[in-house]
Amino acid sequence: MTGYEGANLAIALINVVLLGLLFVSAIAIARMRSLFAIVMLSGIYSLISATWFVALDAVDVAFTEAAVGAGISTALLLGAMLLTSRTAKPEKGKSTIIPLFVVIATGCMLVYATIDLPAFGDPDSPANTYVGTDYIERTPQEIGVPNIVTAVLASYRGFDTLGEVGVVFSAALAVILLLGFGERSLSATIGRKKGGRDG
Amino acid sequence: MSQKTDHHVILRVVAKPLIPIIALFAFYVQFHGDYSPGGGFQAGVILAVAVILYSLIFGITPAMRAVPPVFTRSLAAIGFLLYGGVGVWALLMGGNYLDYDALFNEPPGGHDGQHYGILLIELGVLLAVAGSMLSIFYAFAGRVTEIKDEDW
Repeated sequence: MTGYEGANLAIALINVVLLGLLFVSAIAIARMRSLFAIVMLSGIYSLISATWFVALDAVDVAFTEAAVGAGISTALLLGAMLLTSRTAKPEKGKSTIIPLFVVIATGCMLVYATIDLPAFGDPDSPANTYVGTDYIERTPQEIGVPNIVTAVLASYRGFDTLGEVGVVFSAALAVILLLGFGERSLSATIGRKKGGRDG
Repeated sequence: MSQKTDHHVILRVVAKPLIPIIALFAFYVQFHGDYSPGGGFQAGVILAVAVILYSLIFGITPAMRAVPPVFTRSLAAIGFLLYGGVGVWALLMGGNYLDYDALFNEPPGGHDGQHYGILLIELGVLLAVAGSMLSIFYAFAGRVTEIKDEDW
């Protein structure tokens, strides 16, 4: 594989370090039982992924990952964790051979698939040629917005973004339908606490 | 969290000046989205995080008093409607759904429709995401009263 000119040793080293950190935190999350530590570690995992996305020049994705993955999902998971117990039950008597085999087989297939992938940042790769160059060439005339990512998200792919907003909205709707609006259950919890039972 | 057991005084003092800065940064991300990374989604999440941080530190009840749940869920609906409404506006002007070029019936080469269309739908995304995230957070957090000190 022929890398592009920016793919020098320093960036490769940063990538290896970040991916190693991701690997370590993933293993730690899988082996831990304290839910509080798991929530915090998944926040750290998201933050490391965001850093890695910056190293890959995907700044918009990194920003979203830092805001959504490390920010709001950690807060929401903390809120969800408070509703349940603080530690996961240890699983005993389960065979680990079959899951290990599945993971190794999938990993081998993924590694095999990466052999056919174009090199990172390759200007002749399918992702960078057809529709990508089209957007880059047409955005200044058609949209007139300096940030091409915004032009693609909001204008060329406006329907997709509408669908995403719909997904977020219906997620909120589903949670409200399942758990209630919040203020009524809050007053109910306070009432129950005053009634003698500790919430 | 009465006065005599306030272990979190440093946390409160540090977080208090940060909250307005976080909210301000959300609006920067929103309105600078045409020029730099970011946009409605990120800005909405950051705005929601400002309120969530406030409620984590000062308790859920003051947060609900400052930003009522009824307000957040209306915000989510208004944002989604605003996004869809821009599409209907384009339809009424004779274009396709969400075709911003049709918004003002400009001659070809004009970018006003694209600029205002993107501005409006990004605003819709901001309101919908911030409102939805806060509604979800309130739904979860409304079911517990306080985080006990030994759980920190």
